[in-house]
Amino acid sequence: MLKGRCLIDPADFTREEFRELFDLAHQIVANPEKYSKSCEGKILATLFYEPSTRTRFSFEAAMLRLGGKVIGFSEPNSSSVAKGESVADTIRTIECYADIAVMRHPKEGAPRVASQYLTTMPLINAGDGGHQHPTQTLTDILTIERLKGSVENKTYGFCGDLKFGRTVHSLIKFLSNYEGVKFILISPEELRVPEYIREEVIRKKGIPFEEVQQIEPYMNQLDFLYMTRVQRERFFNEEDYIRLKDRFILDMEKMKYAREDTYILHPLPRVNEISIEVDKDPRAQYFAQAKNGMYVRMALILKLLGIY
Amino acid sequence: MLEVTSIEKGIVIDHIKAGFGIQLFNYLKLDNAEYNVALIINAFSKKQGRKDIIKINNEIDIDYNFLGLLDPNITINVIENGKIKEKVKLKVPTRVVNVIKCKNPRCITSVESYCDHVFHLVDEEKRTYRCEYCDDIVTPHINR
Repeated sequence: MLKGRCLIDPADFTREEFRELFDLAHQIVANPEKYSKSCEGKILATLFYEPSTRTRFSFEAAMLRLGGKVIGFSEPNSSSVAKGESVADTIRTIECYADIAVMRHPKEGAPRVASQYLTTMPLINAGDGGHQHPTQTLTDILTIERLKGSVENKTYGFCGDLKFGRTVHSLIKFLSNYEGVKFILISPEELRVPEYIREEVIRKKGIPFEEVQQIEPYMNQLDFLYMTRVQRERFFNEEDYIRLKDRFILDMEKMKYAREDTYILHPLPRVNEISIEVDKDPRAQYFAQAKNGMYVRMALILKLLGIY
Repeated sequence: MLEVTSIEKGIVIDHIKAGFGIQLFNYLKLDNAEYNVALIINAFSKKQGRKDIIKINNEIDIDYNFLGLLDPNITINVIENGKIKEKVKLKVPTRVVNVIKCKNPRCITSVESYCDHVFHLVDEEKRTYRCEYCDDIVTPHINR
């Protein structure tokens, strides 16, 4: 039962609860019209302490397509946060007005803190610093299931900034609960996955993995290649960012090493880590992924509000 | 041979790793004590070779979780009428609140001062802990 629950970390839901959610998402993809009035009279609050295009718009579009309404802020300077209000006070105030809320915050763990001050309103983590981004994972999983039927028995390549890439952390955490998965982690030494992901998630669950620094030799092993952007905003030192940002660029030359059924995913926004020429390749699925994000967020809102 | 007399009522913190008694003495703020306290350094130990001991001639509240976090091999003897009333075996605590501070500058606890610093035990052998909010892993114990 997901009614009234918060989604802060992929570990907050069981495999069965995720199955329920994805089953509903597939039904929404097949017949979105059926759900167009499901959230009439309900309000979603979007609290974005950090800029966002896809995540905020997809949540707002999801609620509007369900017949609900949206309130919120897209940058903290336009709210009481600018006056120094704490996350705990903001969320308790929002609970007085909205039925469900979404929070993005630059500090890691902010949505977890907020969730501890709530009484009944469900809260969704829409990205906290370089930590977790569970609804991007929902987007990724719906895309994987639509392309290949299931997430099990597949090899996943993750490439780019695996240290601060919160979408990578959430997706690895999720996939680690499934049989037959294997990870190829491609990154510069400085941007390897954090220790808690490598030791407490991957190694603890006995998932086979390799940490490497080249894409080409591994391309033909992959079912999915998950590219990520080196994020300028996560670096305290601009020099490090400049040194690392162009380390991995996926172009058609590298795509020659990939199988016909290797799909390219990316949480977006992209800077230059995937050449524009790759967009035309049918294996590039990142824009389809963005659309799936809206459908799966519709399913999440319906589940957390207990409507389906 | 140096002699430290036994205490009537109080606490003996035994089996402290040699060299770390002074750290524990400072953690417990015993330099401000208004009662008798003995810090014994490099005492002979069958088990450890050398060890430190702290004898406190007073009943004081000690956070056993905190001591277990520092070093679970420490033993506590509660003394009454000059005899051992209770021996406390420390455990590595599974959850600690406001004992360790999260040092990750990206963690929410670095900016919102009302947040408790909560850590969960990850690996008992390595004595590693994970921040409840940002998942950063720390090793807060005295290294043995």
